[in-house]
Amino acid sequence: MIGKSLVSINDYTKDEYLKILDLAAKYEKQPKQTILQGYVVATLFYEPSTRTRLSFESAVNQLGGKIIGFSDTGTTSVTKGETLRDTIKIVSNYSDLIVIRHPLEGSARFASEVASVPVVNAGDGANQHPTQTLLDMYSIRKTQGTLDGLNIFMVGDLKYGRTVHSLLMAMSQFKTTFHFISPEELKMPDKYKQHLNDLGLKYHEHKDFTDIISEADILYMTRVQKERFSDPIEYEKVKNVYILKNHMLENTKDSLKVLHPFPRVNEITEDVDENTKAYYFTQALNGVYTRQAIVTSILDLN
Amino acid sequence: MKDRKQLSVSAIKDGTVIDHIPVKSLFKVIAILGLDHIENMMTFGTNLESKKLGLKGIMKLSEVFFKEEDLNRIALVAPDAKVNIIRDYEVVEKRLVEIPEKVEGIVKCVNPVCITNNEDIRTKFELVSRNPVGLKCHYCEKITDANNMVIISSS
Repeated sequence: MIGKSLVSINDYTKDEYLKILDLAAKYEKQPKQTILQGYVVATLFYEPSTRTRLSFESAVNQLGGKIIGFSDTGTTSVTKGETLRDTIKIVSNYSDLIVIRHPLEGSARFASEVASVPVVNAGDGANQHPTQTLLDMYSIRKTQGTLDGLNIFMVGDLKYGRTVHSLLMAMSQFKTTFHFISPEELKMPDKYKQHLNDLGLKYHEHKDFTDIISEADILYMTRVQKERFSDPIEYEKVKNVYILKNHMLENTKDSLKVLHPFPRVNEITEDVDENTKAYYFTQALNGVYTRQAIVTSILDLN
Repeated sequence: MKDRKQLSVSAIKDGTVIDHIPVKSLFKVIAILGLDHIENMMTFGTNLESKKLGLKGIMKLSEVFFKEEDLNRIALVAPDAKVNIIRDYEVVEKRLVEIPEKVEGIVKCVNPVCITNNEDIRTKFELVSRNPVGLKCHYCEKITDANNMVIISSS
C-alpha cells in the first residue's frame, strides 16, 4: 500500500486491511508521536463533514504533521469555476498526501489519477468511504477479538447506505453471517445479496426490529431518512420501527456492541448511550487511530 | 432478394463492408467509427431487408480499413455485425466483432452525479457482462447497461 491511493475498499487486499488494523492498534497505544514531522497533508472538503475531517486533522496533528486545505469551497477558486483537475494538480505541489471529500461520485478516483501524490478518499458522494469501513472493522475486531465467524446485524437504510455496503464487501472476506433489518423500501440491494450467495455466505432478511437481535455480535445502526421515501405515508409508518431503545438490549449477548457511523438523529435513543454495549463514541475515536495507520502506511513511515 | 441487394448498394474495389447493423444503431456506428470526419467514398444503407434482423443497415467504406480493436468498439451497438475486408472486389477476410474488456471514450456514464458527467474526463468502463451488456464505470463504479447506453459522438 506504500504510495498507493486509497479510493475504494476494494483497492486493498485482505492482508493489507489487516496490516492497517494492526498498525491502528499501535497508534491507539501511542497516538502522540512525531513521525509526520515535516509532512504536509491537504484536506480538501468540497462538502461538509465534521467527524471525518476533524478526525483526519486530529490524526495528522497528533503525529506532528501539518494540515492545509479547506472545509468549504466558498472561499476557494472553485467558486471561480476552477476544475477539480486543476485544483488537484496544484495541491499536489503543496502537499505529501491529499485527503478529499467531494459530492460527485468517482471524483476521488479521478483525483488519484491526476495527483502526483497519493490520494485518500474521504467520501465521494454515495459511492465509497473506505476509511470509515476500516475504522468499523477496527472497532469490530477490537471488541470481538476477531473478524471471523461473527453475526453482524445491519439496521435501517440498507438500500442507500454506503457505509453498510462497504462494510458488507469487506466483512464478506471473513465468514460473516449477515442479518438485514430494514423497511421494504430500503432493503439491501440484490447485487450485494448476490455477492454473498456467490461466496456461499449466509444472510437473513427481517422487516421487524425485535428480539432476533439476541444472536447479534455487532448491531450496526443507520439512519432512515425521510427523503428516501417516495410515499410520505410509508415513512410515517416505519419511522419509529427502526429505533434502538435501551430495553431492547436486555436479552442480547454480553459481548454485543452497537455501532453507528454518525450522524445520529433519533435512531438510537440517548438512554442507550450509558449502556456498556453502546460503542459508537469509541468507534468515532477509533477513526483517529485508523487514519493515523492509513496515512503513515501510504507514506511508508512505519 | 439478391438482386435487390445489388441494386441498393454498389460494390467497392478495396475497403470494408459492415453488414447486419441494427437499423437503430447505424448512426451510432458512424459516430463510434468517426466516419463523419473522413473524406472517403462511403455508402450507407438502411432499412434493407434481412432474414436475420428483419431490417438492417449496411455500410460500404471505400479505401477504409480498421484496426481490430477499433472495430470491436461497434459491438456495443451492433453485436451481430459482420465485417468483410475487400481487396480488388474480393472478400479477403471475414470478421465478427466482440465487445472489448475495457471500453474507453465511447459511452456516457448513466450516473448523473458521476464526475465524468460533470468535468471534461474521458469515460472508462470495464465490461462486467456481455449479454446483456453491462459496463462498470471506472470512476463512480455504477453499471451502465444496454437500455440506457448513450454513445458519445466523436469530435
